[in-house]
Amino acid sequence: MLAFIARRLVYMISTLVLISFVGFLIINLPPGSYIDVFQAQRQLQGTHTAEAELEALKRRYGLDKPVPVQYWIWVRGFVRGDFGRSFEFNREVSELIWERLGFTVAIATGSLLFIWLVAIPIGIYTATHQYKLGDNVATIVGMAGLSIPDFMLALVLMVVIQRLFGFTVGGLFSREYVDAPWSLAKVIDLVKHLWVPIVVVGTSGTAGLMRIMRGNLLDILNMQYVQAARARGLREATVVVKHAVRNAIHPLIMLLGMSLPTIISGSLIVSIVLGLPTTGPLYFNALRQQDMYLAGTFLMFLAFMLVLGNFLADILLGLIDPRIRYE
Amino acid sequence: MSDQSLTLPSAVSEPQAADVEVNLSAGEIGQLSLWYLIWRRFLRNRLAVAATFVLLLLYLMVALAEFITPYDHLLSNEDFVARAPQLPRFRDAAGQFHLRPFVYGTTTELDTYNLDWVHKDDTSQMYPLKLFVKGVPYKLLGLFPSERHLYGVDEPGTVFLLGTDRLGRDLFSRIVFGGRISMTVGLIGVSLTILFGSVMGTISGYFGGPVDTVIQRFIELLMSFPAIALWAALAAAMPADITIVTRFFLISIILSLIGWTSLARQVRAKVLAFREMEFSSAATAAGASHFRIIMVHMLPNALSHIIVIATLAIPGMILAETALSFLGLGILPPAVSWGTLLQDAQTVGVVIKKPWLMLPGAFVIVSVLSFNFLGDGIRDAVDPFAL
Repeated sequence: MLAFIARRLVYMISTLVLISFVGFLIINLPPGSYIDVFQAQRQLQGTHTAEAELEALKRRYGLDKPVPVQYWIWVRGFVRGDFGRSFEFNREVSELIWERLGFTVAIATGSLLFIWLVAIPIGIYTATHQYKLGDNVATIVGMAGLSIPDFMLALVLMVVIQRLFGFTVGGLFSREYVDAPWSLAKVIDLVKHLWVPIVVVGTSGTAGLMRIMRGNLLDILNMQYVQAARARGLREATVVVKHAVRNAIHPLIMLLGMSLPTIISGSLIVSIVLGLPTTGPLYFNALRQQDMYLAGTFLMFLAFMLVLGNFLADILLGLIDPRIRYE
Repeated sequence: MSDQSLTLPSAVSEPQAADVEVNLSAGEIGQLSLWYLIWRRFLRNRLAVAATFVLLLLYLMVALAEFITPYDHLLSNEDFVARAPQLPRFRDAAGQFHLRPFVYGTTTELDTYNLDWVHKDDTSQMYPLKLFVKGVPYKLLGLFPSERHLYGVDEPGTVFLLGTDRLGRDLFSRIVFGGRISMTVGLIGVSLTILFGSVMGTISGYFGGPVDTVIQRFIELLMSFPAIALWAALAAAMPADITIVTRFFLISIILSLIGWTSLARQVRAKVLAFREMEFSSAATAAGASHFRIIMVHMLPNALSHIIVIATLAIPGMILAETALSFLGLGILPPAVSWGTLLQDAQTVGVVIKKPWLMLPGAFVIVSVLSFNFLGDGIRDAVDPFAL
């Protein structure tokens, strides 16, 4: 098991290095150098940029040096927690990123739990009741869930909640808690707001996972060992839950890592509509403003999160399925 | 050895194929081509056939946009800002029935509390709907000059079947013209996806070794980014001063730059399996070049799978374009796509007050659903020997 983890770890680190290349590429992709954009931004804000300041920036990012050196200077900064500077906010990127990434992780984790808690039971039900009314309804609802753009679903859900319960959703905190220090009441308030994005982001994922669970379970229910279990006179519930479902869930854990990118994508867009203080609004705004150090770092961290998630899913799979370890 | 004898058995890659042919040795069914069998099986799937008709209808609508729409989609009309849909009616306020449907005129009042113009149906004015009315001149399909439009009403009446937007532009006209971009961006993106995906997948699977490793690592790298974030980053890097057409093509390219990965993986798996089969060993023994083996023996066999994956990739691309344009990173105004139209409906307040602004979303859902059903239908049909 240790050798397996070590192998996966080396693999993960090499991927992280590649991702940092892409992050750097994205930062340098837009036309015009960082200095040009910086100056233009300053002019828009009505301030003059001193020559000395530009010199300092050039030295900080090594902009007068060849590209590989620039990359090295950027990467070296990570150790000190230096990811560059956002000129739109005139703050360090690292200050802006942490809290927002935290909320993104919270929503992604919540959605993942939601997807599993909803999709697995429905998947089991539809597989054991193939072509019955419930199965057909679930199929149609699932197809619809896959076809609705996330942001529209968020809007519709907000309207429905507003009509039914008469309170406004959106944001992560009620007005009185936004700037308040963390307390139990603030956490409760957060949970009250968090479920809407979780449900919205989870819905499209649920549709997909439900179908996969149904297919897996149907395959397994046709296997002979299931027949054998029935022949031994076990109750049908025992056959399904203890013998079939266990084996049907294995492949889903592999999907766990692969479904993370979709969930993160969903949460980015939904946050815009719901006005959540997560990565989404800041990231897309940074892109529109060509605030590239902020955008590139965000993108890199999102990918880091995904790779880490994949790594954890791999280890989980290795723990429950010994065959994987000796691949 | 002729090609025919090599490709025929391989076209039938399913193991049951041989049994079926033996059973049907006397009938003409044994001589039906694989594609005919696929077609016949596809026709049996009612949902997929219905979806095909819906899609054909949508594409026809988009192609004949100038004829179908009553107004110029860019023409703003300050007298009818954000007017609710004018529904065609058969029964007037007095309860009398009219065989020819009509729409009511509009009365406009100023809501002094919200400082907003409020448009109401004016039941005293009735404008019957007419077919093939004269309107703005245009060139149908860019070739035939005409000034007839499918439907319309006499001046000074207006017919906004799906309402108007915040500049008083006819929403139906905008949706139809927006469909031109939204419905084609996926098609172009998918053709590029097929190109990249099958080339990379075949190379990866056929040659194996270090080439395979490099390509697979590259695919994993691309897959470890949330797609929408990477799309947005690439879209944001486009220069701002390019024309609408260039932007449209660049966006299709960006969509396919990430979309090819899953296709490449599945093609690779197929090619890996084919490489072990007798027909490819036979081709190698007969002295066929790598290029010939790939083009004549591998790709035709994988073609049906490529088509399935490609069809199922189109809805993702339509949704991606919608999301990007919704975020202001895709198609930019004055060009219209379903995503840019949905930008008007970004807040709950708007959705409650002017729900018809969500209608472009309905078109997105219908086209995405149809492509999903079509893809499912083709997937079930390409395996015509399964029961």
